[in-house]
This record gives sequence, C-alpha cells and structure tokens, in this order.
Amino acid sequence: MEKQILDAISKNSRFSTEDLAAMLAVDEETIRKKIQEMEEDNVICGYPTLINWDETDCEKVTALIEVKVTPQRDMGFNKVAERIYRFDEVESVYLMSGGFDLTVIIEGKSMKEVARFVSEKLSTLESVNSTATYFVLKKYKEHGLIMTKDKNEQERMLITP
Amino acid sequence: MRDPLSKKITQIEPSGIRKFFDIVSEMKDAISLGVGEPDFDTPWHIREEGIYSLERGRTFYTSNAGLKELKREIALYLDRRFHLQYDYEYEIIMTVGGSEAIDAAFRAMLDAGDEVLLPQPCFVSYEPCVVLADGVPVRIELKEENQFKLTKQQILDAVTEKTKLLLLSYPNNPTGAVMSKEDLEEIAEVVIENDLYVISDEIYSELTYCGNHVSIASLPGMKERTIVINGFSKSYAMTGWRLGYACGPRRMMEQIFKIHQFAIMCAPTTSQYAAIEAVRNGDEDVHKMRMAYNQRRNFIMKAFREMGLQCFEPFGAFYVFPSIKEFGMTSEEFANRLLQEEKVAVVPGTAFGACGEGYLRISYAYSIDDLKVALGRLQDFIERLRREQ
Repeated sequence: MEKQILDAISKNSRFSTEDLAAMLAVDEETIRKKIQEMEEDNVICGYPTLINWDETDCEKVTALIEVKVTPQRDMGFNKVAERIYRFDEVESVYLMSGGFDLTVIIEGKSMKEVARFVSEKLSTLESVNSTATYFVLKKYKEHGLIMTKDKNEQERMLITP
Repeated sequence: MRDPLSKKITQIEPSGIRKFFDIVSEMKDAISLGVGEPDFDTPWHIREEGIYSLERGRTFYTSNAGLKELKREIALYLDRRFHLQYDYEYEIIMTVGGSEAIDAAFRAMLDAGDEVLLPQPCFVSYEPCVVLADGVPVRIELKEENQFKLTKQQILDAVTEKTKLLLLSYPNNPTGAVMSKEDLEEIAEVVIENDLYVISDEIYSELTYCGNHVSIASLPGMKERTIVINGFSKSYAMTGWRLGYACGPRRMMEQIFKIHQFAIMCAPTTSQYAAIEAVRNGDEDVHKMRMAYNQRRNFIMKAFREMGLQCFEPFGAFYVFPSIKEFGMTSEEFANRLLQEEKVAVVPGTAFGACGEGYLRISYAYSIDDLKVALGRLQDFIERLRREQ
C-alpha cells in the first residue's frame, strides 16, 4: 500500500487523505498513519509544487554544474557534498559515477548570479578541483511531467460503446 | 423505382448509444462518464515503434493473417497470461479491432436459423452481427442478484435443438462483471453436454481487479469449441489503432481466414508493428493502468455507497452499472434529465439490451479529479430526485 500511496502522491500531492482512502479502499485513519510514518522516516521529504517559471514574469536561470572533488578521509564525498548543498541557491546535488563526482543544479536570478556563485563559492571550496557549468536553455519535462503547454483539446468522443 | 436497400439491414435498429451521442454532442460543457475507451494515451514506446515503422517505409500490406512475428508474440503472451495454447501459424488471425473478429466469427459459424445465446446486457455489436450472419439471437437476461454472471440454468432454459453458439463476454461491458474459473466450469459443462460452441470476447481480459482473468478456452475440452477474441484496444489503450485478433482451432480459423481475406485483406500494418512492442514490453504499462483503474473503481464505489446508490461491485473492465430503480423512471429518462439538469452524460442501460432497463453504465476511464466533479453533480441530482419523491 505504501507504494500505491507514493505512486499517487508523487504525481499529485494534492490528493487528500479522503481521496487516497477512497482510491485504495481503506479508511482515512490508515492513510493518515502511513503518510505520517513515511514523513517521519524521511521517505516523504516534502511536497513542493512543479512550477514552469518560463511562463511567469520572474527571471530564473538554471545551471547544471559538473564538479570534480577530492574526497575527504573518513568522510568520503559526504562532507564536501554538504558544504555545497547547504547553499540556498543549490536545487539538487547528486553523487555520480563516471568522469566527474557531483552534479550540482543551481537556480539563480541571472547568469551573472550563477557565475558569481560558481566562481566565488563553489570553485573556492578546498576540495573542489574543477567545475564545468552548463546553462539550461529550456525545460521540456521535469518530475515526469511535460512542461510545454499541451494545446491538444480533449478529442476523445463523449460517448462510445 | 425499386428499393435499393436490403431488408435485412434496414430492419436492424441503429445503436441506441448513437442516439444519445447526438444529444450529448449538442451540449457544450457537459462532463461525460460515457466513454467505452481508456483515457490513457497509448504508451509512448509503443507509439514510437509505430512511428519508426512508418519512417522505415513499412506501408505495405502484411500477410492476410498478420505479421508472423506478432502472432508468435501473441501466442507466447496468451500462454503466459491465460494458459491458452495456440499455434501461431494456423490458429491466430490479426483483425481490425475485436469488432471484425466478432463479425467474422459469427459469419464463419452460423447458417440461417441457427440460434445464438446472447446474454444481455452486452456490447452493442453482437446482436446485429448475429442477424447479419442470418443467425437468430436468443437473449438471456443476466441478473443483478447473480452479479450479472451467466448461470448454467439460464443456458438450459434457453437452449433448443437449433442452438449452436453461446456468446460470452467477460469481463463485461457494460456491467463490469467477471466470471471465475468455477463459474466458467459450470458453463463449460452445459456447453459440452449440448454440443454448443462459444465465441468468447475477452477484450477486457487485462482489466480485472480480483485475481487473473480465466478464459473458458483454457478449460478441459473447451479449446476445440471456442473462438477467443482479444485485442490491443483496452489493455494497451490502443483503441484508435484498430487491432484485435481471433484464435481458435485450425478448422474454424480457416473459414474465418477466408472472410477476413476477402473482406479486409489485413489489419493495419503500422498498428501491427506497434503491437509487437506492446506485447513484448508492455506488461508494466498494463499493470500501471490496471492499478489506476482499480483506484478509480474504489473511489466511485465509495461515492455510490455514500450517496446510497445501489450498485453491485464489479471486478472487471472500467464500468460500473448502478441501479436507478428507486427513482421510478426509465434509464433513458434518468440519463436525459441528468444531462439536462447537471450536464453529466452517462449511458442508459437499455443501450445494451432491454434488460438494462433500470440501470446506467458509468465509465471510470477518467481521472480522479474529473470523477470527483461528475460524482458531485450526480449526488446533487439524486438528492433532488429523492426530495421530489
């Protein structure tokens, strides 16, 4: 049942406990408990909203940065990752296999702001050996949801046998 | 001037659904719970395979019975999912949707005057197809108290010397009923005793919510008496691709093959290539859709319980078939008023046979959000009716 709850709210976190209870044919109390447990266990970490900032007047720039670092004794990559993910500008940090170590996704108001972050904050960290910054030009899909406007109207017929 | 038309065809009533469709189409901003097809798009990897086949220029006919590779995959699939064993070379024919298979199967098996047992309420095509094949439809009224299952006794009551075929359609459109292995064993027994044949339309076989679908053809002694009809429309959300298939013993398939060969030539080529991908790599998609339908089914059943609307719990397809007998009006009146007053379209049960009177077919091939709005309106409507009474 956890899997079914997670599948449902991963696509739509606005399902109420009442809706979920009806969908899974259990009582609301059960859902409430399960969700609380999963929140406490850090299985559910939050309920952010997926926003297509391109459609707003707000300026936003997203960059993906490949970072090579020197892992620290006893701490491995975790310590340096923490030094990075604590920054508010940083959206995501992943430890990677392959030619570099960390993927850092950051969001800023302008390219200048992102550049300043990379040159002043990120590259200056002791364990960071090199960075390569790529700016996002357009977001097509995020979190499994297609961001571009779907102009298709409902074309399915209203009544079929 | 002579009448250009055949009496056989002019005497057939147009589909009752069509009539209602015309009314609904006139209404702007009506919410429909009336469709008989999935709301999902065909999974992308399947569509992509169709696009690729077009890019590669695979725009020719296929062999009449369909692509060998596809039939081989289907044979494996039928065995894996339903323990049905068919020789893909001689016992499977790809058709234009399940619909063509239904029509061809009746035509291949009926002589003038042969009777066909037709449990109703059922899909709208069976009866006209029987008539077009010069058969005589013999209706059996399925009962809510039997969960709309066909019973052994009902067959015994309807069977005559002329009875040749039984049409089975589970999971059922419009009721959502399913039949278990035990239920089917009883049916198989009378079928064999009375030397009948079965056309089993199993197009909704992937959409069951309490245990796996059982095909009557998988029971002992039944393969040689059964044409199984299935397809890609419901399981893989591929209605518009028009691809189904019929399987059965070679001797019967040879005759179906002739009808198909002369009337149709072959099923759409692009669809066949896409279907290879579906049947090979589509299990996970089917599973996801089944889960989603089941959640909606739970959701709608709970809403009915809360509004006190009588409805047997269906375990298949994506329909519920609530009873509206308490309101003392016909299904058509109810559906019309619901449409006029609350702008919600449902299909009157009578569209699926006279014994559908007193019921509605409501489809849950809609998102939870859509269902919520529509069910809210249905509840308002019902409460108003109860106050009126």
